[in-house]
Amino acid sequence: MAASQSSHDTGTTSVKRGLAEMLKGGVVMDVVDADQAKIAEDAGAVAVMALERVPSDIRRDGGVARMSDPEMIEGIKEVVTIPVMAKARIGHFVEARVLEALGVDYVDESEVLTPADEAHHIDKWAFTVPFVCGATNLGEALRRVSEGAAMLRSKGEAGTGNIVEAVRHLRSILGDIRKVTQADSAEVYEWAKRLQAPVGLVQEIAETGTLPVPLFCAGGIATPADAALVMQLGAQAVFVGSGIFKSDDPARRGKAIVEATTHFQDAAIVAKVSRGLGSAMPGLEIDGLETKLADRGW
Amino acid sequence: MKVGVLALQGAFARHVACLRALDAEAVAVRTPEQLAQVDALILPGGESTTMSMLLESSGLFEPVAERLASGMPTLGTCAGMILLGAAILDGRADQRSFGAVDISVRRNAFGRQVDSFEADLDLAELAGGPFHAVFIRAPFVERAGAEVEVLAVVEDHPVLCRQGTVTVAAFHPELSDDLRIHERFLKEMG
Repeated sequence: MAASQSSHDTGTTSVKRGLAEMLKGGVVMDVVDADQAKIAEDAGAVAVMALERVPSDIRRDGGVARMSDPEMIEGIKEVVTIPVMAKARIGHFVEARVLEALGVDYVDESEVLTPADEAHHIDKWAFTVPFVCGATNLGEALRRVSEGAAMLRSKGEAGTGNIVEAVRHLRSILGDIRKVTQADSAEVYEWAKRLQAPVGLVQEIAETGTLPVPLFCAGGIATPADAALVMQLGAQAVFVGSGIFKSDDPARRGKAIVEATTHFQDAAIVAKVSRGLGSAMPGLEIDGLETKLADRGW
Repeated sequence: MKVGVLALQGAFARHVACLRALDAEAVAVRTPEQLAQVDALILPGGESTTMSMLLESSGLFEPVAERLASGMPTLGTCAGMILLGAAILDGRADQRSFGAVDISVRRNAFGRQVDSFEADLDLAELAGGPFHAVFIRAPFVERAGAEVEVLAVVEDHPVLCRQGTVTVAAFHPELSDDLRIHERFLKEMG
């Protein structure tokens, strides 16, 4: 029998980014109550996002969207064994502290809620709980990493069931990464200026060809084929918001999206799991939206 | 020798990178056909409930169980440890495991994400000093059978065990910049 270890360090960069590594290849599902959380876990979700209203309802209701009631988050924590995430408003570091105190496993500093600060995001290094943040382009992604985000996701356009914005964000982020790797040492500085991102992070991308934290896709996924599409484009996992519980048959659609995310390169499997799922959530055209959530964040 | 990494979900790409850094041939396994091509298997970290579901839906549960029974060298980390154990505590009622190592494993035994930690481990049989280990919502072993060798502990809970050709870790050697556990796994394969 070997001896015991020396000391424990919690809240380190490795453990924060490490949980994001464990969620790769999986599906994080939005849930609004304990029953939905059970359905999500049964369907094979790697985590649930606990919130009071899914994005399509937030969009419909209007008004100020805030952090969820702690009682509701605790109710969800009690019924599932997988990680539980919850959303705080952009810049609302007290909501984030409340979520940390509740023991949620990841905080989403999310544009789906109404921003609390028009200039500043949360200083995420100051927390033990890890953060995921949305991004529409590489500069935004690297600004969030510089503030301590341990996971990134495309913003997409939440609550629309329309994948076009998420595709645009992924292509922008991953396309610029490919271009930065071609830059010489002088051009890297110009890239940093253009992206409004710390030069050290741009240099890291030029050398490694990859973001320092995992990149997931969110915003508009409604079908198994949507999930496989964004995985093929280079997302490492997916968030599904309204797409599951605003569809005809959430249990079946949830499982189908999980299988399509794993077997994203195998069109025969995506075809098999896409059969007979009933109606997907109703979709919205981006041009017809009153509020574009992706414009929130700076 | 070809090493497969179960790639249904989780940190499989990090294991593939570790194996390739050691000049081993590593492939992702998502189907029974791919499993049949490999000589050894790594079950990575991730969500064990998700992997259990996908092992069934991908038709891999029985083939993996058969290969384990025939002595395939196997390494399981975190969720992999849970899946390779004999009993799962705090799991889902319908969650199946392979029972390749006679241990009872408690899920999320060290707590939630805010309790996830890094620590230096003294590993039996591993030269070169302590192993810096990353524990993410980690399980630990509550009961280890007589056949099981315990190779490392945290607060008296076994976190690295071996039985026959199967090694299981509660932590994530694929997240440390230390390849000694992968190296030893490859060596034991012969």
